[in-house]
Amino acid sequence: MTRDKLILNRRRVLGLGAAAATTLTLGGCDTYDGFLGGNDDRGVREFLANANDLTYRVQRMLLGQNALAREYSSSEIRAVARPNGSTDPQGADYLKLKANNFADYRLQVTGLVEKPLSFSLAELRNMPARTQITRHDCVEGWSYIAKWTGTQLGPILDQAGIKPEAKFALYHCYDTMDGGFAGQVPYYETSDLIDAHHPQTILAYGLNDQSLPVSNGAPIRVRIERALGYKQPKYVHTIELVSSFANVGQGKGGYWEDSGYDWYGGI
Amino acid sequence: MATITESGTSPAETPVKAKGPLIYRQSIFTRLTHWLWVICLFFLLFTGLNIFNADPALYFSKQSGVPDMQAVGQPLDNAWLNIGGVNTDNGARGQTTIFGKTFDTTGVLGVSGDPDNPDFRGFPAQVTIPSYYDLATARVVHFFFGWILVATLAVWLIASIFNRHIAAVPPSPRDLRHLPKDILNHLRFRFEHGRKYNTLQKIAYSVVLFILFPLIIATGLTMSPGMNAGFPWLLDLFGGRQTARSIHFLTMSALVLFFVVHIVMVVLAGPINEMRQMITGRYRASPDVPFDAAKKDKK
Repeated sequence: MTRDKLILNRRRVLGLGAAAATTLTLGGCDTYDGFLGGNDDRGVREFLANANDLTYRVQRMLLGQNALAREYSSSEIRAVARPNGSTDPQGADYLKLKANNFADYRLQVTGLVEKPLSFSLAELRNMPARTQITRHDCVEGWSYIAKWTGTQLGPILDQAGIKPEAKFALYHCYDTMDGGFAGQVPYYETSDLIDAHHPQTILAYGLNDQSLPVSNGAPIRVRIERALGYKQPKYVHTIELVSSFANVGQGKGGYWEDSGYDWYGGI
Repeated sequence: MATITESGTSPAETPVKAKGPLIYRQSIFTRLTHWLWVICLFFLLFTGLNIFNADPALYFSKQSGVPDMQAVGQPLDNAWLNIGGVNTDNGARGQTTIFGKTFDTTGVLGVSGDPDNPDFRGFPAQVTIPSYYDLATARVVHFFFGWILVATLAVWLIASIFNRHIAAVPPSPRDLRHLPKDILNHLRFRFEHGRKYNTLQKIAYSVVLFILFPLIIATGLTMSPGMNAGFPWLLDLFGGRQTARSIHFLTMSALVLFFVVHIVMVVLAGPINEMRQMITGRYRASPDVPFDAAKKDKK
């Protein structure tokens, strides 16, 4: 009698356990869609995203300002520098520049600076060059090692004179991306001034000993080596120093950031 | 079966056999961190599989190959695991390639969902959070619970040093001498309910707490380009970023295996007693365990 009762109980417990496990896993994974997806108006996702601010602060504290990304030897350049995102911009301005091999290209340095500056591609190429063989990591998970040549961004910003209220560098690009209701929007990205001044942060015009190809961001791609690929804007034409993200896209500091990706991008 | 039901899980048994003492076995810190780990690992696993789907392949290397972009340059096909989908005359087929051997995994890996309108994705919607592919959101949730896991582990470590629970986890040489007997006992479904963990428990919990948890955290951090700059030895320790990603995945698989065995053992050893232990801290010991009032035992 007691034995039967016990077994029944155990069966019931097992059944309940199995039901609970099923709810948690098999039925469970879309249970959280409403909380976490883009339609979440309860602030759950926003709250969880605080972890990314924590990661940013802790990494900035642990790493120091000038800790270098690893540089590899040329024998380790084995995969192609896989182009991703925009690979062939079709804007009229860009096509005109490309037709002339970027002879008329100008890089503008504007915003919260004492003295706005402008450089041709030849002028940038004549500045002190830095070549680095680094690993490019896409947020999707894949990586390739490639050699980038360019001139450091830090000295250029110092030459323009950074105003004290400037907090971020905003990179304006020629390529356009799907902006939802806004139609096609030019790619935009920001970094803090620590990354902008980092010794390995270069305005790259060369890739693997050749001119930077269009598919990888010609004529200028900003390399921010301690961050993921979406933090390395291609086809850059203007670097604007800003004090906040208020007037940048939808306010999160970058094209992909406005689609929910973390701004720091160092993890 | 009889052996299991007589293990003192239910008061209904007691007229037949003597009851062991109700011992206080798990401190509030162990119980609290245990359940927080359940929540963390749940979200970490399923958001992790969503993140994996962004590049459903694994490599043992510093970098990953791009076998599908031969037009751009020399292909580097160095994936040891590749999950993909192809369109065939028989409809969409999921294919999983492990060390060069390809298996048809339609319905689970590569191609899943409604057969009339199949999804091309690594892991199916049932095991990813969110259920649809959303790398940005999966990363937000993954990193949030990553922090909670690390914080909880720190709390457990500090509390366990203070309450000496930490000494109860690693197996002693004496425990290891009992290993063959302990394995035999487990195979006979004859479980000890003592004050301490048995040898196989100690081994399992030690592997999880001292090997798998540190390994999955460290390999996760090795995938961060920021951490690579601050702590480049991580790259050397794990053989490069893509190898770290593989180890992260394999460690996850080991944790899932532990979870399955863990649940089976809870059910076999007496789910009510085991659950009571992890909720209230109280555990019904075997009748041969002597009552000791000094250890806060109850009848």
